[in-house]
Amino acid sequence: WGGKALPQRVKIVEVGPRDGLQNEKTLVPTEVKIHLIDMLSEAGLPVIEATSFVSPEWVPQMADQVEVMKGINRRPGVSYPVLTPNLKGFQAAVKAGAAEVAIFGAASELFSKKNINCSVDESLQRFEEVTKAAKEAGVRVRGYVSCVLGCPYEGQVSPDKVAQVAKRLYSMGCYEISLGDTIGVGTPGGMAELLEAVSREVPVDALAVHCHDTYGQALANILIALQMGISVVDSSVAGLGGCPYAQGASGNVATEDVVYMLHGLGIQTGVDLPKLMDAGAFICRSLNRKTSSKVAQATCKL
Amino acid sequence: MGNFPTTVKHCLSYEELIQDYPWLARWLQEEKRALTHEYPEYVKIVEVGPRDGLQNEKEMVPTGVKIQLIDMLSETGLPVIEATSFVSSKWVPQMADHTEVLQAIHRSSHVRYPVLTPNMHGFQDAVAAGATEVAVFGSASETFSRKNINCSIDESILRFEEVICTAKQRQIPVRGYVSCALGCPYEGPIESTKVAEVVKRLYELGCYEVSLGDTIGVGTPGSMAKMLHSVKKEVPSSALAVHCHDTYGQALANILTALQMGICTVDSSVAGLGGCPYAQGASGNVSTEDVLYMLHGMGIKTGVDLSKVIEAGDFICKALNRKTNSKVAQARAQCGYN
Repeated sequence: WGGKALPQRVKIVEVGPRDGLQNEKTLVPTEVKIHLIDMLSEAGLPVIEATSFVSPEWVPQMADQVEVMKGINRRPGVSYPVLTPNLKGFQAAVKAGAAEVAIFGAASELFSKKNINCSVDESLQRFEEVTKAAKEAGVRVRGYVSCVLGCPYEGQVSPDKVAQVAKRLYSMGCYEISLGDTIGVGTPGGMAELLEAVSREVPVDALAVHCHDTYGQALANILIALQMGISVVDSSVAGLGGCPYAQGASGNVATEDVVYMLHGLGIQTGVDLPKLMDAGAFICRSLNRKTSSKVAQATCKL
Repeated sequence: MGNFPTTVKHCLSYEELIQDYPWLARWLQEEKRALTHEYPEYVKIVEVGPRDGLQNEKEMVPTGVKIQLIDMLSETGLPVIEATSFVSSKWVPQMADHTEVLQAIHRSSHVRYPVLTPNMHGFQDAVAAGATEVAVFGSASETFSRKNINCSIDESILRFEEVICTAKQRQIPVRGYVSCALGCPYEGPIESTKVAEVVKRLYELGCYEVSLGDTIGVGTPGSMAKMLHSVKKEVPSSALAVHCHDTYGQALANILTALQMGICTVDSSVAGLGGCPYAQGASGNVSTEDVLYMLHGMGIKTGVDLSKVIEAGDFICKALNRKTNSKVAQARAQCGYN
């Protein structure tokens, strides 16, 4: 159709256990987290963001980071990246057995200041310490850029600014840069414009999209990204993780809904959708909440 | 590095360049393909909340509420609002007040108010009540047709032929609907050529527009593209509309696909009213607010004021004692906008 070739295969980066659970109101016990990650491993997901080595003072939901890392049953061929905001976190992560880490930059100065209390430049300097150490340790680093399509404080964000930050993360040694529509305000036009700008600085093979579904736009934005050559998509089982800037509104896009679309398009993901839905049902029961995945909602009722 | 191809093209003759560097042609083509997505400048929204929406809600609303909803929607800039249905109240009790609704609404001169008319009887009642546009509902699935309206596709089309002929004589435009365009709850996948056949028949009989309904929301961009490809061979895009259900969260991606293929009319329902009758509790119609957000974000004009649609959505959700299905409405409410 129209000659817009889609990738044959898309890598799904499952962020439910970290990004998802971190942004849920209810805290879950460590065993529940471990079981969730194990179920997700069984579902065929190639990358599962397991936890975050941020100080528990800031993110109490991830205080059991070491226990989780050591408790999960690591499936061969599956990657379990963990967040590491600085060198200290990185060292703790490696000690706990992490083989891949992730660092989080922002395309907005105000967001950076409010979120991690320093400017974008300062944060990138901090990250350089991590990427250096990671190179020496033979650990892969994934970079995230938040607010790529809008900022809760600054409003509009320039695609060129995003491209600059992405480029720096890539040159520092990040093997992949995930572009996050943090408040879900992006629409297909903006997504296309953004990717055009960023792909001039970073090869499209090294880019991923992390779309939030706060305004219902996630799947449309992901589709555009695929049409522009992106083949890595972040998502969260059951759509875990609300939007911290619009309380009660939705946040992450549901992995089930993304997989449904990709499989419908004939794109391979390696994911077993029924097993994925089982994992979603499990975590929703534990959190005592309804799933945010429309596929999960529809499937139980038919 | 990004500007290199364009500047080079200006300095040298393109043909000479391609001769010397054959790999450049592919590089330039790829850039061109990535940049060009042609979208319509304007998309017509057909608001189906008051009919399709309310008909498929568990709660019934009083006539006064329906009228107020339609009046609020008339103030938003929506060009088409499906007002009610002249189906026997035995089958669809929610629409029993069809005459009262049609006669009491305040009709804006900028808005059209089509009503459903399944047969001559319904058509005559509709006209007597003042209808100036009607709609007929066919199906691309035989089983669905039999289970839904108790006759085959062929028999239903004969019934519509009567309606369409009479409507033509009275200069009343007729809109056609084809349900199960991307899948049937009974038959499963539906051949796109079958959809095209039914659409063609409705169009040739005299429907000015045919709306393609993904009745159970199972479609994805691939199946949408395939179906539209077949249908467009028989009927011009300007006479087609998409009616996507969001049961599996695919609606906006499917609508985007349709826009990329030249469709410029989209059906949607304020607040995403109208669940899926085949998957109890699951969602049905796509929310008008979410569609508008996407279209406006893409620079596509609709003439519709999103804030006013959100207000109308708030009103009807309060009356139905339910939460909105629109993510935009939810987000706006939480952010304190509006």
